[in-house]
Amino acid sequence: MSNAPVDKGRRRFLTVATSVVGGVGAVAVAVPFIASWNPSARAKNAGAPVEVNVRKAEPGQLIRVKWRGKPVWVVRRTPEMLEGLSKVEDRLRDANSEEPQQPEYAQNQYRSIKEEFFVAVGICTHLGCSPSYLENGMGDHVDGVNSGFFCPCHGSKFDVAGRVFEGVPAPLNLVVPPHYFIDDNTILVGEDKGQA
Amino acid sequence: MFKRFVEWMDARIPMTKTWNIHLAQYPAPKNFNMWYVFGFLATLVLINQILTGVWLTMNYVPSADGAFASVEFIMRDVEYGWLLRYMHSTGASAFFVVVYLHMFRGMMYGSYQKPRELIWLFGMFIFLVLMAEAFMGYLLPWGQMSYWGAQVIISLFGAIPVIGDDLTLWIRGDYVISGATLNRFFALHVIALPLVLVILVFLHIVALHEVGSNNPDGVDTKKPKGSVPDEEKPKFKFHERFTNKKDIVDSIPFYPYYIVKDMFGFGIFLFIFCYVIFFNPEMGGFFLEPPNFEPANPLKTPEHIAPVWYFTPFYAILRAVPDKLFGVILMFAAIVFLALLPWLDRGRVRSIRYRSLLHKLNLFVFAISFVVLGYLGTQPATPVATVFAQIFTFLYFAFFGLLWFYSKREKTKPVPERVTSK
Repeated sequence: MSNAPVDKGRRRFLTVATSVVGGVGAVAVAVPFIASWNPSARAKNAGAPVEVNVRKAEPGQLIRVKWRGKPVWVVRRTPEMLEGLSKVEDRLRDANSEEPQQPEYAQNQYRSIKEEFFVAVGICTHLGCSPSYLENGMGDHVDGVNSGFFCPCHGSKFDVAGRVFEGVPAPLNLVVPPHYFIDDNTILVGEDKGQA
Repeated sequence: MFKRFVEWMDARIPMTKTWNIHLAQYPAPKNFNMWYVFGFLATLVLINQILTGVWLTMNYVPSADGAFASVEFIMRDVEYGWLLRYMHSTGASAFFVVVYLHMFRGMMYGSYQKPRELIWLFGMFIFLVLMAEAFMGYLLPWGQMSYWGAQVIISLFGAIPVIGDDLTLWIRGDYVISGATLNRFFALHVIALPLVLVILVFLHIVALHEVGSNNPDGVDTKKPKGSVPDEEKPKFKFHERFTNKKDIVDSIPFYPYYIVKDMFGFGIFLFIFCYVIFFNPEMGGFFLEPPNFEPANPLKTPEHIAPVWYFTPFYAILRAVPDKLFGVILMFAAIVFLALLPWLDRGRVRSIRYRSLLHKLNLFVFAISFVVLGYLGTQPATPVATVFAQIFTFLYFAFFGLLWFYSKREKTKPVPERVTSK
């Protein structure tokens, strides 16, 4: 054993270097633990797009399908409903759909690709309940509005293009999922046109 | 024979020493009242939850397909399964009853004040973990309210800007709440969080036994060494760990005196606890909500979603705010402000007995606000109810603001040198 004087600089360098390497190792070990909470391959698979056939939908009817476990609505809107859209705009939070709640191709007054067919995720943007579609009874909740969506949980109100009214808990318009028309009668929900 | 066993043990592990330091020769102020029973009760409820919880896992199936049916199986086919489950579900509510009363005791007698800030903080962490534990446990029966309650709470994290959506996806492990969510909640509920809870309770008690208990008068029962004449010291033997540094006054050993008192309180607790278990396990929909007797259905939201009663005060605060992100922030702030109490209260007088009328009123209004918010959180959010929720949310927070403001120059009554009970 030698009694050489302690080289403090060298000792500090070794301590810091060891700590840094150990720290990197600890972070690397955390990766599998955190990543294992992400959706599994099976869950991702189950989230694949779904086809909706709208040929038989009556005007005013709502078709409900399940996509990624969420209710997706396809509403075949009547001409009266479409006319009503511009009458409520001064009472809406985001009448022009400026918030990114829809794909670009649905950023219009109707929030849809074709005026007639409104596609939306049927989950309230407040806390995730599913609003009720009121084809004719919306007048009970908003004066002079015949149809729309009303959330029974906390009273949020949406017009028939899923645009949220002012003064309710929901902050945003209903989400329009990515979708496109495969042909005149079939909508594919869950994918943009031309996407792989 | 027994003596030799104890000697054998004591030579290898500090058995007798630990018993003496923490029980038989641990000095506790002699003027505790019934408010001081809830810490003991909380410990017993924790033991009840762990025991019945372990037994429930023996028949519970943590999967989206099997969970609801397995709970019904426990209720109907397992011998005494109904009792174990009701002990567990009632225990969850009882836990919050005793913990809320325990916290209110601390607020009344200033038990959070210096030098007990750390005890209070550990307590707040216990409260947080307890809420996480209760929330995750409530998903496990996989009923309608389990499912939609979890949906509401998890979507709170979606209010966080930028990372919100990815974070909720990560918490759920799926695009919706599914079996993946159920399984991870099960793992956290039965292993991870109970471990954290037990460690925190241990630290809570270690920190308490380092500084000693407060008391209803809020006066120190540990005086500077050498300041108390021998004839005024209690005639009990306290461990030298306490008597070496301080002169102990007005104290009695925790064992047997306070154990006996706490057992009496436990008896009264059991009357109420057993009444609920045997005659009213659903407690009119407050302990077990009616929609939870229907299996979870992701496509059908129940008419009215309300969390279990112990979350409703905070839920009412969340709903009182028209903005989602701000509502979430305010709800968490309601808990953070409580945790900061030792620093918001700038007064030096601990007990409510010697504090100003203003403080008494302030604490009274706070307690009322908490109860009213709790009630409003169970009710549908009508416009009138929302206005009330906003008023009482304001009063809840006003407590902390006012306290900070007046406590610096509060007109207090003279605090006695020694505890007032004979």
